[in-house]
Amino acid sequence: MSELCLVPIGGLPKNALQWIEAAAAEWFPLPIRRLPPLSIPEGAFDSTRRQYQSVEFMKMLAKLAPENSSRILGVTDVDLSIPMLSFLFGQAQFEGPVAVVSLCRLHQEFYGLPEQENLLRERTVKEVLHELGHTFGLVHCSEASCAMSLATHIELVDAKAEQYCARCGLQLVQRFSREGGV
Amino acid sequence: MKKNWPILVVDDEDVMCESMAAWLREDGYRVDTASNGQKAVELARAADYAICFVDLKMPGGMDGIETMMEIHRVRPEASIIIITAYATVDTAIQAMKEGAQEYIVKPCNPQEISMLVSRILKLKKLQSENAILRKKLTRQYRHHDIITKNPRMEEILALTQDIASLRSTALIRGESGTGKELVARAIHFSGSRAEKPFVAVSCAALTETLLESELFGYEKGSFTGANGQAKGKFELADGGTIFLDEIGDISAKLQADLLRVLQERRFYRVGGNEEVEVDVRVIAATNKNLAEEVQQGRFREDLYYRLNVIEIKLPPLRERREDIPLLAEHFVQRISSELGKDVGGISGEALKVLIAHDWPGNVRELENVIERAIVTCRNGMLDEADFSWLQRGPIRSDAWEIPDVPLGELERRAIVAALERKHGNVKEASTALGIDRSTLYDKLKRYEISH
Repeated sequence: MSELCLVPIGGLPKNALQWIEAAAAEWFPLPIRRLPPLSIPEGAFDSTRRQYQSVEFMKMLAKLAPENSSRILGVTDVDLSIPMLSFLFGQAQFEGPVAVVSLCRLHQEFYGLPEQENLLRERTVKEVLHELGHTFGLVHCSEASCAMSLATHIELVDAKAEQYCARCGLQLVQRFSREGGV
Repeated sequence: MKKNWPILVVDDEDVMCESMAAWLREDGYRVDTASNGQKAVELARAADYAICFVDLKMPGGMDGIETMMEIHRVRPEASIIIITAYATVDTAIQAMKEGAQEYIVKPCNPQEISMLVSRILKLKKLQSENAILRKKLTRQYRHHDIITKNPRMEEILALTQDIASLRSTALIRGESGTGKELVARAIHFSGSRAEKPFVAVSCAALTETLLESELFGYEKGSFTGANGQAKGKFELADGGTIFLDEIGDISAKLQADLLRVLQERRFYRVGGNEEVEVDVRVIAATNKNLAEEVQQGRFREDLYYRLNVIEIKLPPLRERREDIPLLAEHFVQRISSELGKDVGGISGEALKVLIAHDWPGNVRELENVIERAIVTCRNGMLDEADFSWLQRGPIRSDAWEIPDVPLGELERRAIVAALERKHGNVKEASTALGIDRSTLYDKLKRYEISH
C-alpha cells in the first residue's frame, strides 16, 4: 500500500513532525510513516552563500524513498536555495514523489523577532500543504488565502490560511477519488 | 496549466537549469531546459517559447548573447532574460542592446523573478489578444466576407481590392443600408493600413461646431467646456483611414476646412495655432447625388473632385435580388447564434416573400427583418408566416404613384420614362412599352416629345 513518508533532515524544532503529521493526515488519505532522521546531505552547503542547495536534498530523498512510498517529504531547519533564487521555503517535484520544506525562514527569530511557536506551527503547516500540493499536481493558486498561493516572502505565507481554497481542495479530492489515493 | 506559455531555461549548469525549471513548473508553466546555446536554438525552432532565460556565460560554443541573438532570429517574439552571476553595467548594456528584455543577477529574490515573469506574460497576453482582435477585424471585413454573387457587386469588390493599398480618396455612393461603411472597412482592412486605425465619423449626426472639434480636435480653453487638449478624429486616424459618412451634409465652412486637409494633409486644432500633420486616407460616403448638389451650389465643386478620385456606387438591394437568399441565410445563422435561438434556416416560401419585397432600407432592413422574425419564431425554421407582417407584393419604391391626370398624360409619362431608361433608343423603348416602333413614333409626334 502506498504511503506518505516524513523524513527529518538534520535537527528540527520540537513538535514540528507532529504538526506536519496532523496536517497531512487531515488532507491526504494516505498512511503516514516517519522515517529515521537523515543528516544534511554532503556537498549541499554553499560556503559563498552560506546556504544549502535544495537540489541535493531532493536527490537524496529520491534515492532513499522506500519503494512503496507514494510521496516522501523531507523537513529541515537549514536555509535552502537554488542557484537562481536567493532562498526557498520549500521545493517539490511537480506531480512527482519528492518534496522538501525548510523551516529556517519560518521562525520569527530569522527576522530578528522573538520566537512564537504557534506562528511557526501555522507557517510550517501552510508550507507543507503547499509543497505536497505540488506533488499531487496543484499549481500556484491566485487566491491569496489558499495554501497553494505563491509566497515569495514571509508576509505572503502569513496571508495564507492553513488550508486549500475550495477549488484546489476539490481538485485534490477528485484526484484521490479517481486514483484511489495516489 | 499555463501550457500556452512555454518557458526555456538555458544554462550550462544542470543544477541551475533543473532547479529553475522545477520552480517555474510549480507555477504551472511548461518548462524546457538546454545545457548549451545550440540545443537552445534547436528547441526554440520546435517550440514557441514566451520567455527564454539565458545564462550569459556558457563556456565552449555559443555564449549567452550569441544564443540570445540566434533564438531571436528563429523566434522574434520570444522575450529573453539574460542571467548572470555578476552585475556589470557593460554586459547589461550589451545584452539590452542586442534585444534582451531583462537582465537579472543570480541569485535573485523569488519575488523579483515571479513579478518579472508575470509582467512579461501579462504583456504577451495583451499582445496576443490584440493580434487576435486585429485578425478578427481583418477577417470580419475582408472582401470575400461581403456576401454577394451579383456581378456588379463582384466588380465593386474587385475594385476595392485594387485600390486597397493606395492613398487616393474614395467616394462611396449608395442608398442607406447598402453597406457603405462595410465597403470602406473592406478597403481599409485589405490594404497596407490595416494595422492602423479605422475611424468612422457620421457627419450628419453632429452640429457644425461639434463636428469641427470632433474632426480636428481642440486646444484647452478654445470653447466653454474645453478643459484640456483633445485630439480629433483626423489625428486619431493617423496612419490609417478616416471614414466620413454622410459627407453631403457638411456645412460650407467644414467643406472648406476639409478641402484644405485633403490638399495639404495638415490642419489646425480648434483654437490652436500649431499645424498638425497627418497621414490619413479619406473615404467618404453619401446617399446624396453629390454632382447634383454641386450643380445646385450646395457642395463645393473642388471638394467634390478631391473626394471623387475613385467612385464606388453601391447598388440597392432590389437591384441585386439574387443576393437576398444568401444574405438571409447568413443573417439567420449569425443572429440565431447571437440570440442563442435554435433556428435552423428559412423556408423556400419565406424566401419568396423576401425576394419579392422591395427593401427600401436595403441590407440593413433585411438584417432587422430577419432578427425580428428570429425573435418571434416559435419553431426551428423561419417560414412565410414569420414574415406575414412584411409588406408584400412587387411594390417598388420607385413605382409610380398614379396621379389624378388624364389617361393621355399617363401615356405620355410612360413613353418619356421608357425612353429615358433606354437612353433614347426608340426600338428598345417600343419593345419595353409593348408597341411597335411606328406606333411609338406616332405617339412621340402626338405628344410632342423630342428624343
